[in-house]
Amino acid sequence: MDFLSYLITGLGLGSVYAIIALGYTMVYGIAKMLNFAHGDVIMIGAYAAFFIAGNFNMPAIVAILVSVFVCTLLGVLIERLAYKPLREASSLSVLITAIGVSYFLQNAAQILWGTDTKIFPTLFDFDNISLFGGKLQISLLTILTIVVCIIIMIVLTMFINKTKIGKAMRACSEDKPTAQLMGINVNTTISVTFAIGSGLAAIASVLLCSTYPAVNPTLGSMPGIKAFTAAVFGGIGSIPGAFIGGLLLGILETLSKAYISSQMSDAIVFLVLIIVLLIKPTGLLGKKVSEKV
Amino acid sequence: MEMMKTAFLGKNKNRSICVGVVILAYIIIELLMFTGSLKSLFINLLVPVTSYIIVALALNLVVGVSGELSLGHAGFMSIGAFTGVIVSSVTSTMITNDILRLFVAIIAGAIVAAVFGFLISIPVLKLQGDYLAIVTLAFGQIIKSLINNTFLGYDASGFHFSFITNNVKLSTGGKMLINGPIGATATDRISTFTVSVIVLIIVLFIIFNFINSKYGRGVMATRDDRIAAQSVGIDVVKTKTIAFVLSAGIAGAAGVLYGLNFSTLVPAKFDFNQSILILVYVVLGGLGNMLGTIISTSLLVLLPELLRFLADYRMLIYSVVLISIMIITNNPTINKTIKKIFKKNKAEGDLNNG
Repeated sequence: MDFLSYLITGLGLGSVYAIIALGYTMVYGIAKMLNFAHGDVIMIGAYAAFFIAGNFNMPAIVAILVSVFVCTLLGVLIERLAYKPLREASSLSVLITAIGVSYFLQNAAQILWGTDTKIFPTLFDFDNISLFGGKLQISLLTILTIVVCIIIMIVLTMFINKTKIGKAMRACSEDKPTAQLMGINVNTTISVTFAIGSGLAAIASVLLCSTYPAVNPTLGSMPGIKAFTAAVFGGIGSIPGAFIGGLLLGILETLSKAYISSQMSDAIVFLVLIIVLLIKPTGLLGKKVSEKV
Repeated sequence: MEMMKTAFLGKNKNRSICVGVVILAYIIIELLMFTGSLKSLFINLLVPVTSYIIVALALNLVVGVSGELSLGHAGFMSIGAFTGVIVSSVTSTMITNDILRLFVAIIAGAIVAAVFGFLISIPVLKLQGDYLAIVTLAFGQIIKSLINNTFLGYDASGFHFSFITNNVKLSTGGKMLINGPIGATATDRISTFTVSVIVLIIVLFIIFNFINSKYGRGVMATRDDRIAAQSVGIDVVKTKTIAFVLSAGIAGAAGVLYGLNFSTLVPAKFDFNQSILILVYVVLGGLGNMLGTIISTSLLVLLPELLRFLADYRMLIYSVVLISIMIITNNPTINKTIKKIFKKNKAEGDLNNG
């Protein structure tokens, strides 16, 4: 019974990773860049929700919407100001710029809200569900997290496969110059990608902080690295890959914390990642790109 | 033949310039210290700056010369640092001369880090691009977790080791070498600026000799075109492994200098952010450009200190400076103007464009 309970907790954590990983994987798929500032967008989203829910006593949905709005705007703004001038630059220059943005957001948050850890207000006042005569306790929040993640996955997959913007996104990820020749506005498409990724980061931040209610300026770093790992785990650039990678990572982390050692869980997760990449060098669902001579 | 000769001289010239700049900087700093016009804040930074320069040079060997992104070089620094601390503590009664002990520790740290570099290079160099980067990131995280959970003590009866929980019981006179998350404490601070500079110069010679060697040329050929390099008979994996192991060893040596400069050292110091910071020095200095690395590392380590008057805003300004430099150096119009000015020097700058 313990195992089942750990598994569900792991799925909940994995769902959060999966939602964050979507942001990494979509941006990578289209802009071919590792957006290291993504984790810090999560942090800003958490502060936005914290600010609204804590100061104005608003219902949860308002806090979430404000957080999504702030992050979406922030994502587009970051792309326009920092990444767009570097469209033609080497990927390393873009990487360093992303790191710069990450520092900027962390330090801005430090100045605005201080370095101390704040307690995230309870947005969802849920009871636990008892199953098997109280032997299995499942938090409704965990269920909500998993459900939200599945809904996001379905909607996003439909969006990318069925809508015109989705088609444009796929075209841009295949070949930007050709997409441009076909009349697709590449800049707008990239902006939309950042907007979606950052909006999702906001949702992830609210779910994450509802489960682990501590808000501080470096809050996004570790989930950011983990979600990035999840994206690579599943095959970076692949949306179902991000989903599977996120869930597997969450389960792996929770189970190794429970059964092996809580201090060593990070090391175990990363060790498994190395092994997976050795067996499947482009991740679980990654495309094998053949080299052209 | 003629072209090869000029290219060779050109690279030798780069080495001479680098070593010259280092020696000149050393003389100036020593003079300033002698006259007492250097603030103690800067004097305390001298060894860390030099160790960062060395580890940045090591990373440049991987990122610039070999063309592979490594996000885990702080891991090698960490291995070197803690090996150095252990060796220095254990040999403190055998080798009473601090300088000699420091050199023994540096060599030990470099060897252990190089061994780890070799181990990680087996999975790393099978992969390419961002997947390779993520494995080095994972490696850095694993090293941090491992050292964070290591408890190692030393007393009259030898080493005592335990993992995750501290079960180390030492007899009187014993010393805790690595105390889990607390790391190393009460370390003898035997690193000196002069030794750091000597190590830096040795490292510069090693790196430039490697670049000019058969393997160095092979690694650069592989970076520029893997398939073409393979087709002319270059053992791609072997050359890349040599570069990676060399880089890991140098990073380890830098770690020893760094670790033995402080009386306490926590494993969390060498985290992902530290790896990223070193990468920033390398990219800002220019890929494959060793002099650039030396200058950018010195400036970027000192910048937050120089910005101290901005108080809380200094890291904010630092990040803005970082982003601005990236955007400005990648602006096509500005680049064109700079190229026009330096057109004459372009022929020599064959290493500068990574």
